Amino acid sequence: MAVAESGAPAQGATNGNLSLLSRLVGAQTPFQTKRAVWGYVYAAPWILGLIIFWGGPILASFYFGFTEYAVIGSPRFTGLSNYIRAFSGDELFWPSLGRTFTFAGMYIPFAVGGALILAVLLNQKLFGTTVFRTLFFVPHLIPAVALAVLWTFLLAPRVGPVNEFLRSIGISDPPGWLASRDSALASVTMINVWAAMGGNTMLIFLAGLQGVPQELYDAASIDGGGAWAKFRHVTLPMLTPTIFFNVVLAVIGALKVFTTAWVATQGGPSYATWFFALHIYFQAFQYFRLGYGSALAWVLAAVLMFFTWVQVRYSRRWVHYEGG
Amino acid sequence: MAQGSLTQDTQLHRAPVSPQRVMQPIVRALTYATIFALCVLFGFPLFWTAMSSLKTIPEMFAFPPILVPAAPQWANYWTVLNIDYPVGRWFVNSVLIVILTSFGTLITASLVAYSFARFEYRGRDILFMITLSTMMLPAQVTLIPQFVLFYKLGWVNTHLPLWVPHWFGGGAFAIFLMRQFFLTLPRDLDEAALIDGAGYFRIFWSILMPLCKPVLATLAIITIIASWSDFLGPLIYLNTPEKFTVSVGLQFFNAVPEVGGEPMQHLLMAACVMSMVPIILMFFFGQRFFVQGIVMSGIKG
Repeated sequence: MAVAESGAPAQGATNGNLSLLSRLVGAQTPFQTKRAVWGYVYAAPWILGLIIFWGGPILASFYFGFTEYAVIGSPRFTGLSNYIRAFSGDELFWPSLGRTFTFAGMYIPFAVGGALILAVLLNQKLFGTTVFRTLFFVPHLIPAVALAVLWTFLLAPRVGPVNEFLRSIGISDPPGWLASRDSALASVTMINVWAAMGGNTMLIFLAGLQGVPQELYDAASIDGGGAWAKFRHVTLPMLTPTIFFNVVLAVIGALKVFTTAWVATQGGPSYATWFFALHIYFQAFQYFRLGYGSALAWVLAAVLMFFTWVQVRYSRRWVHYEGG
Repeated sequence: MAQGSLTQDTQLHRAPVSPQRVMQPIVRALTYATIFALCVLFGFPLFWTAMSSLKTIPEMFAFPPILVPAAPQWANYWTVLNIDYPVGRWFVNSVLIVILTSFGTLITASLVAYSFARFEYRGRDILFMITLSTMMLPAQVTLIPQFVLFYKLGWVNTHLPLWVPHWFGGGAFAIFLMRQFFLTLPRDLDEAALIDGAGYFRIFWSILMPLCKPVLATLAIITIIASWSDFLGPLIYLNTPEKFTVSVGLQFFNAVPEVGGEPMQHLLMAACVMSMVPIILMFFFGQRFFVQGIVMSGIKG
């Protein structure tokens, strides 16, 4: 049916010069033309999706960034005023960006480093590895909202089990965790590290560890290397591509931190966990400043792209690729 | 440094033993001790949550805190479904959205990946590069215009914005995962079927798809987990409690954990456990596929 339709115009190509359709799809023969047309047909849902849910919105968002827009009515062009306001008139802008960086600075080393330690532990041939791996992974599976809710109870200053434990070992004045201005940011970081450590990052490290050839360890043993030397001079260098991959993912995840802070603290107390993604959310969807929200989203995108670029640029200095 | 003293220790033994032989049991014991500590670290919060969901309200707020309830209140799990908040409805909504999202992703991502892996046409490689680059862009950039789009369509406070977009290719990660798998299947299969007169869709559906079962299972698990846990989407699009998914519903419950002045924190914990259990069970049964998927994306990515 449809095969015949797409086949028909391609018939012309048998006469020596290629049909317009063949040229359009980059094909040489009627067979290739037909196949190319089917290629487009099967890719069509995504081509449409790219236009409707990516391309269109990206352009629209870029335009909204230069307007004032409140869903009702139409956007009113205001030039650079949103960006000027962000950089110099919004007293939550710089603090929320800085707070997000502080979060990332604490989260990334603990989440990635912790995952690496867990993976190295599980990679030894121990009894019950599968059971441990599953248990370590479960926190990662908890829906972010439930995660925030259960940690709110665990960290409750008075009736929570964590502070009860701290009091029982002699700390008479344990921290207020999420309820206190001084410790809320660290608490949100801790919750996210707890959930991320045994998750995908660890699985990727485990796969990476299994890819380190045994000969290298044997060679290190012959040279008299102990466990630490093997880790430092064999495991770590061989794992650098995996570490790089995990760090890139962790940076992206950290800069977008949202749900745990939103549910556990609503950005408080007194803005202590008001992250950049929360700022965007509040501006766009609570105050319906869609124009300003779009401008903020582009700032976040720019920051993310900058960090990814820096990481790729400097990865050559420390990432070791086999045969590369 | 430590090796020196250990070599001395070995002299006590009759037979000469290498330092490594002595080190090994110590290292092993330390490893097990660390793993045990980690089990407590990861297991205790889960245990505490499960126990809290079986408590009475006085036990929830007892000081000092009570670890295990005197008599487990299994009825909490029934009561939570019959309070003024439509908790049962949230679960039904989430299940429906998850099913629609997963089918959309699996079907359309496979088709698009089939196109990327098996067909040659102008612009294919650029299209694939664009596909990958969408993974780099934070969702916040497209979120606001998408909201405007769905608002104009009158889809706000319906479930449509949460699953319809997944029927348009299922996203870059899904396409990438499927494409990588298609590339591992021998092309001879397609060519033999083509010679036998099978059409392209027939090849896709009857020959390649049955071979894709493992990667489809992987993609299904990843999609189900992501869709079940999604918070930002439902938070933005849904306004009335009857429309909420489990995630937004829990957040709503958590913000006001009482109905008519009656505290309900124990029921909130039960709802939390109910939101975790389906996902954890699925992970247990599909672990093999899940791990494979993460590893594939990790190594190739």
